[in-house]
Amino acid sequence: MTPARFAYARPTTLEEALGILARGGEEAAPLAGGQSLMPMMAMRVARPALLVDLNRVAGLDAIALEGGVLRIGAMARHAAVLAHPLVAAEAPLLPRALEEVAHPAIRNRGTLGGSLALADPAAELPACMVALDATIVLASAGGERRVPAADFFQGLYATARRSDELLLRVEIPRAAGWTPWFAEVARRRGDYALAGLAVMARCTAGRIVEARLGFCGVEAAPRRLPAVEAALVAGEDAASRLPALLEPLGSAEAPAGYRLHLAQVLLRRATEALHAAA
Amino acid sequence: MLPPDEPLAEIACTVNGRRVAGRAPLRQTLVEWLRTELGLTGSHVGCAHGVCGACHIRLDGAVVRGCLVLAVQADGSAVETIEAATGPEVAALREAFVAHAGLQCGFCTPGMILQAAELLQREPSPSREAIRDHLSGNYCRCTGYHQIVDAVASAAAALQSGGVEGA
Amino acid sequence: MTASAIGRAMPRPEARRLVAGGGRYLDDHAERGELQACFLRSPLPHARFALDVAAAKTLPGVEAVLTASDLAAVCRPWRTESRSFPGLVSPRQAPLAEGRATWQGEPVAMVLAATRAIAEDAAEAILAEWEELPAVTAPEAALVPGAPPVHPGSETNRAWGATIGGGDPDAAFAAAALVVEERLVFTRHTGVPLEPRGALATWEPGTGALTVRLSHQMPHQMRLHLAEQLGLPVNRVRVICSDVGGGFGIKMHVYQDEMAVAAAARLLGRPVRWVSDRMEALLADIHAREHVVTARMAVDAEGRILGFDLHDLQGLGAYSVYPRSSTVEAISVVRSIGAPYRFAHGRARVDSVLQNKVATGQYRAVGAPVGCAVTERLVDKAARARGEDPLAFRARNLLRTAEMPWVNPFGAAQHGMDHHAVLETAKALIDLPALQAEIEAGRAAGRLLGLGLAFTVEYTASGPAVYGAGHVAVAATDTVVATLEPTGEISAQASITEIGQGITQGLAQVLADAVGVAPEAVRVGAGDTQAAPHGGGAWASRGAAIGGEAAWGAGRALRAQLLEAAGALLQAAPDSLDIREGVVTDAAGAARMTLAELGTLMLFRGHEMPKGVTPGLSATFHYRREQDVTLANNGLQAALVEIDGETGLVRVLRHWMVGDCGRVLNPLLVDGQYRGGVAQGIGEALLEACRYDAESGQFLSGTLADYLLPMATDIPDIALAHVEVPYAGSAVGAKGAGESGTCGAPAAILNAVNDALLAAGGGVVTELPIHPVAVLRALGRLA
Repeated sequence: MTPARFAYARPTTLEEALGILARGGEEAAPLAGGQSLMPMMAMRVARPALLVDLNRVAGLDAIALEGGVLRIGAMARHAAVLAHPLVAAEAPLLPRALEEVAHPAIRNRGTLGGSLALADPAAELPACMVALDATIVLASAGGERRVPAADFFQGLYATARRSDELLLRVEIPRAAGWTPWFAEVARRRGDYALAGLAVMARCTAGRIVEARLGFCGVEAAPRRLPAVEAALVAGEDAASRLPALLEPLGSAEAPAGYRLHLAQVLLRRATEALHAAA
Repeated sequence: MLPPDEPLAEIACTVNGRRVAGRAPLRQTLVEWLRTELGLTGSHVGCAHGVCGACHIRLDGAVVRGCLVLAVQADGSAVETIEAATGPEVAALREAFVAHAGLQCGFCTPGMILQAAELLQREPSPSREAIRDHLSGNYCRCTGYHQIVDAVASAAAALQSGGVEGA
Repeated sequence: MTASAIGRAMPRPEARRLVAGGGRYLDDHAERGELQACFLRSPLPHARFALDVAAAKTLPGVEAVLTASDLAAVCRPWRTESRSFPGLVSPRQAPLAEGRATWQGEPVAMVLAATRAIAEDAAEAILAEWEELPAVTAPEAALVPGAPPVHPGSETNRAWGATIGGGDPDAAFAAAALVVEERLVFTRHTGVPLEPRGALATWEPGTGALTVRLSHQMPHQMRLHLAEQLGLPVNRVRVICSDVGGGFGIKMHVYQDEMAVAAAARLLGRPVRWVSDRMEALLADIHAREHVVTARMAVDAEGRILGFDLHDLQGLGAYSVYPRSSTVEAISVVRSIGAPYRFAHGRARVDSVLQNKVATGQYRAVGAPVGCAVTERLVDKAARARGEDPLAFRARNLLRTAEMPWVNPFGAAQHGMDHHAVLETAKALIDLPALQAEIEAGRAAGRLLGLGLAFTVEYTASGPAVYGAGHVAVAATDTVVATLEPTGEISAQASITEIGQGITQGLAQVLADAVGVAPEAVRVGAGDTQAAPHGGGAWASRGAAIGGEAAWGAGRALRAQLLEAAGALLQAAPDSLDIREGVVTDAAGAARMTLAELGTLMLFRGHEMPKGVTPGLSATFHYRREQDVTLANNGLQAALVEIDGETGLVRVLRHWMVGDCGRVLNPLLVDGQYRGGVAQGIGEALLEACRYDAESGQFLSGTLADYLLPMATDIPDIALAHVEVPYAGSAVGAKGAGESGTCGAPAAILNAVNDALLAAGGGVVTELPIHPVAVLRALGRLA
């Protein structure tokens, strides 16, 4: 378990990083926290020809509120996001989900942008971004590009990021009046989710009037499910719609039927909790 | 001896308070470099894929998996390993792990102690559940964890009562 | 009278080194000029192959690429045989497979290079042509007519089979008022010591001496096998096991890869290092406990157990593990069936079958967790069928001390055990009425709570006949050499090995009492065949029960020698003298001379010693137990679990264990053994599985993200209590402690989960580990 050979670059500015990435093409891989890429390299499942280490690029880890939008830099580490008062105030869904992300030492090093760019189907943060209606801001030598989270995640480990682009930050709209809900089911604490659900719901007068949700660990990628969201708002049994809508993954420890079942369990739990909170 | 075509990295950093400079194969992880080049064998490689926690070290103050950081990434950083990890928490934990038999084979222990020290820095009187939660990424096959939790709780109590030397 | 060191909760001095990062495990050692090895392993469960290593050899930094024929020049093959298993089918094995791989992960080529990374590059550069052959992975498939042979040319995939038992089971079942039956499936799991296996071998051509560092439980065994396979005089082979990062039975066997390292060092004349990576370890360390047991139990109208009748189908992998044989596990299962209980009739049919998988072997508690789970499941089922409290049913059937020595129909012997004392101690520990009230209140509130019990009997500290009768070269005797230092301390070397269990501290406490010194003045070393005497090492929970006797014998012999010398010097009869706290005293306790003074006289001023006084500073004791083939220990475990009825996940809320391992040398260490053993049993019950794809036979549990180990949040606090009935046949009176936690935990969890399921109106689960999908199905909540 040692990585295959690679070349290594450690840019200190964004421009430098983007230039290296553009020259490296498909064979270049950005290295953020490395908490997923490094194991994949150790197993030689990932074998980038060029690693572009982003850890010394200045200014990519800022967390700030600007114009009513919470901006979290791509290189912000999970532990920093988890502990940040602005995040707790403006996007309380994130700390709830981050508590479930792996373990403390992983959270000390892993980054928000790394997790989103990898798009592991079981990862919590992509589902959160979908539920938060976040915008993923990408940069390339040609400039910035903004992609809604719902369009960013495209499949198993597949995103809208082009190989010459880097994640700069996410932008999360303020959600005053919205209630967050997150839970996941995993065999052990910190494991990737067998199924997880992130929900943002706006509730008035004891009912849900607007909802956005994203599953993790269930399908190849998180996505909005308008019919389910509509059912939530209509006060209908949203969970019963899932079998017709979801295409759950299967694995040795978690067959597809089980993941679908868990998705329904989570959606019912979310519905109950949100109604109770409304 | 390395063949001439193996890509190398220059590294200059602080390890356990001392400035060191050297080379490492680019693809070498930080924990391997510390172990083989610097002889700091207290950090162990239990899985090399970021699951077991035996390789924990402090990198610029944060406890991280030493197998998931490249040696070259420590260039310019401050690294601390179990051999010289500082702070009253580590001292108290060492004592308590010995007294409570919070270890058997000892392979996980350096990572456990660094991880537990981070908890005690943040939370001086953690519950047993909080201790278990904070150590949930550190695998121990020997103890069944109970006596590790005893040790961490006892170290916390000793720190609270000021009974730890080297604080 | 000084306080006894035996029985004292003392921290290990070695722990102080380990908490400071001062452990010295295999990979912490290096030899100048060493080569790093890596293996190309079969990616298929069964395949013919052809290798072209030319390109791999040319990579810069690569020293050699070796295949089967290269190593055949220096290493003989071996074959697992035992007179205890006549007719055992297990072909010859060599360090590298030649032409055909019989399990996924079997080493087929070995690269030696400047770094491990370069060796892995070269392994990738080997051009291998694989021709996939039909494979057998599920044990049920192995005996189906027309099943592909695991080893071409063999007529059957049955490696070994036997029927064991006694009494008249047919009559017992015919006469039974109640017969309960269950089919239980046990999935393979593995030990996962945190320090992986490995080897660092150095060949010294001038003297023809081989030194091999291993992370292993039995250095002397390995020394013998290395000498045999490499054709060397055994006294020119040295095996050193320094700190060992856990063993659990994984590190008891002869592995192809470790042998290949030694052979390569010999062939190339260079030190060779290989340390297993975790993916190799999960794939190629022995697995354990793959069984399908169909069992029934006959009970009379008064609720007394009449007998057992069972079939155990055991998957043992492609080879029966060398040298002990994988079949031992099935025997261990059978011996554990019904063990705590009185019954007169038993029949067990065992079929151990070959598969295209890595061998199974003796992992902590061997077959006992399987036998215990089968028994305790049947016992619960019978109690329920009778509408009876499961503890009352057990209490009626538990053997009484007065009935011992007891040999049951499966040939398992028990002596001097008090199951009823264990039961009473457990009642006090658990506070059953309060717990039952808590469970009832929880259930009333809709919680799925369950309580499970399991009585355990485990056969530990195997005596010479266990392997000796099979003519298998496994030492069951152990030796301690104790030496007085001229400064008054005691140094000792033990053939028992230290693998983290703390036994060197336990032996130091025995030696302290045996000689008459403070335990802090004693240090025990182990693990280096050049220093340690012959003996078995660490297996079958023998450290205290057998090593402790060797230490006691050596300590008493040394004490006698020292008193003889002191008596001559002091002109006193040796039996009028005593040694207390390191001081030679008279019978009244008045100090006459210190051991430092005595040692100094004996070593440096021998001319002052009276003529004719011969005793030396060292004494050796070789302990061989002559009676009782094994020492049975016993205990009771209880688990309180909660099922999440929607997700199927099981959480262990509390766990209790009462154990009797005879005399406790050091409760701090025994408690750690018990709790660690329980945690492994909980892992076996709920998480750990070596899974293989049903179609392709591909291994699916190859990383620690796939093979689920219990972490701190998966294991509850484990409450313990001890019953201490010393073994009457020895001086110290210890029985084995190291594995009993693992024996009972799976059964207790299985019973607890089923208790919760049945209370909720569900069916039962019958497969370990208990998967949440099975739980939901038992509840009728998932198709």
